[in-house]
Amino acid sequence: MISRGERLANYVILSVFAAFALYPIVVILSAALGPADSGGTAGLANFAAAWEIGRFGSYLRTSLAVSVFVVVVSVVLSIMSGYAFGTMRFRGRSLLFYLFMLGIMMPSEAVAVPLYFDLRSLGLIDTFWSITLPQVALSVAFGTFWMRAYFLAANRAIVEAARIDGASSWRILWQVLLPAARPAVVTLTVLVFMWTWNEFLIPLIMVTSESLRTAPLGLAFFQGQYTSGFTLLAAGSVIVATPVVIFYLFLQRHFVRGLLQGAVRE
Amino acid sequence: MAAPPGEPRRVAYLYLLPAFAVYAVFLLYPIGRAVQISLYDWDGLSLGTWAGLDNYLAIVADEGLRAAFAHALVLILFYAAGPLVIGLALAAILNHAKVRGLGFFRTVVFLPQVIAMVVVAVAWRRVYAPDGSLNTLLGALGLDSLTRGWLGDYTFALPAVGVVGTWFETGLVTVLLLAGMSRIPTSLYEAARLDGAGAVREFFAVTLPSVRAEIAVAVTLTVIAALRTFDLVYVTTRGGPGESTSVPSYEVYHRAFGLGEVGSAAAIGVTLTVVIFVISFGINRFADRRIS
Repeated sequence: MISRGERLANYVILSVFAAFALYPIVVILSAALGPADSGGTAGLANFAAAWEIGRFGSYLRTSLAVSVFVVVVSVVLSIMSGYAFGTMRFRGRSLLFYLFMLGIMMPSEAVAVPLYFDLRSLGLIDTFWSITLPQVALSVAFGTFWMRAYFLAANRAIVEAARIDGASSWRILWQVLLPAARPAVVTLTVLVFMWTWNEFLIPLIMVTSESLRTAPLGLAFFQGQYTSGFTLLAAGSVIVATPVVIFYLFLQRHFVRGLLQGAVRE
Repeated sequence: MAAPPGEPRRVAYLYLLPAFAVYAVFLLYPIGRAVQISLYDWDGLSLGTWAGLDNYLAIVADEGLRAAFAHALVLILFYAAGPLVIGLALAAILNHAKVRGLGFFRTVVFLPQVIAMVVVAVAWRRVYAPDGSLNTLLGALGLDSLTRGWLGDYTFALPAVGVVGTWFETGLVTVLLLAGMSRIPTSLYEAARLDGAGAVREFFAVTLPSVRAEIAVAVTLTVIAALRTFDLVYVTTRGGPGESTSVPSYEVYHRAFGLGEVGSAAAIGVTLTVVIFVISFGINRFADRRIS
């Protein structure tokens, strides 16, 4: 079908683009593993130094706590609301669903400013809740949409059979429907984890004390303060990016499916 | 929307309640508050004074704000148009030529999507630095006259930020289009071939019309990403040099927490939200009309 010349040209084009996509990542990795700015140590010692000097240990702990909380709460709430929208009929169903849909497109820039001032007057700024709950709200909007699509397509016959057997709606959800919903739930989990881990604006606005800084926020501040070279900054960047990248490499299909389908209206 | 299965269930409200409560308190109520605040001149501390629509009129009248929205338009070219052209070419090649290593290539080009934007910004700052690898490359090519501190240059800072956008959106667009192209029935291509169409005509007659919906989705996603450029600008340029890379998202933050013009910040945020809604609905309708 294809001539050899054409095939070679294709490979060249694709290789150029793969290189372009990888180049900044290689810049960071090679700097992080290279000789230290002060000379002396090199390689993995840079990570230990960044961990120490950049306080990335504390930032990672915060990020992990924030991400786990946001993922668990928003996935559970989304499963419940998606179940209601996908399998039940009730008054105001369309209106409520459209309200949720608005949240998918809502940019956090628009809500973070009023949230900051309202939470400040409640004394909730600079708390775990001020970072997590706004992100739960953003994630629940998408999660409801995502899980509803799954439950709409789920097997009705099993549900009807279980209902005739007298199973409660609660049991039907957790014992009949959810076991088969694993792929949908995994996709939602990795997406919410990625968005939460990488979120920058909400922690930037809501956090003042260093103990509550998330990893991306810590990296941005570290860049502002640490000017004596690039090695530790690169090592810090690798530390911040690695958890999501590892997830991505193992669960690539879920990332791609979620990011592509998440945008396409059913 | 099809009629939902199952009989009427009041219990649905109980299932919705927890999600809706968090959503209403932390998203719906704040957007309402944003509209309210946007109608006042408020510094975030003292009592605000009623401003009516002044904060919105300023978006059109104020030189700095007009510039920020104009910069967003420039970024759209880099975030949406660039990746779309490149993505179409790459996806067509990948779909057409049975190349080896397709999986590897897809993994690699999609990777920028999952890396925290702050990390991306740190990496590109390094590339653009006066002693960075871009200048090293130019020097090696004998183009020393072109070397500069890219992010500190009034003319080049905005395009430099835009190229980063091209870099991380291209993978998403390519993978999206590839998914669309893989669904095109081969019979269409065979028919085109029988008509004596070459590769180029085949692309324009068969491939392009078949991925209209995917193109609409790709444009929606990338345009919205361009309008919401915040992390990247915050870490690389802070809107500088001068105001040459100020963008609406950054202005929201800068005005609310830097200049104490909270009313103006809220107005920009609300405007941004409306623009994003209009784009999403507009492009979706266009795609729907095509499909139905």
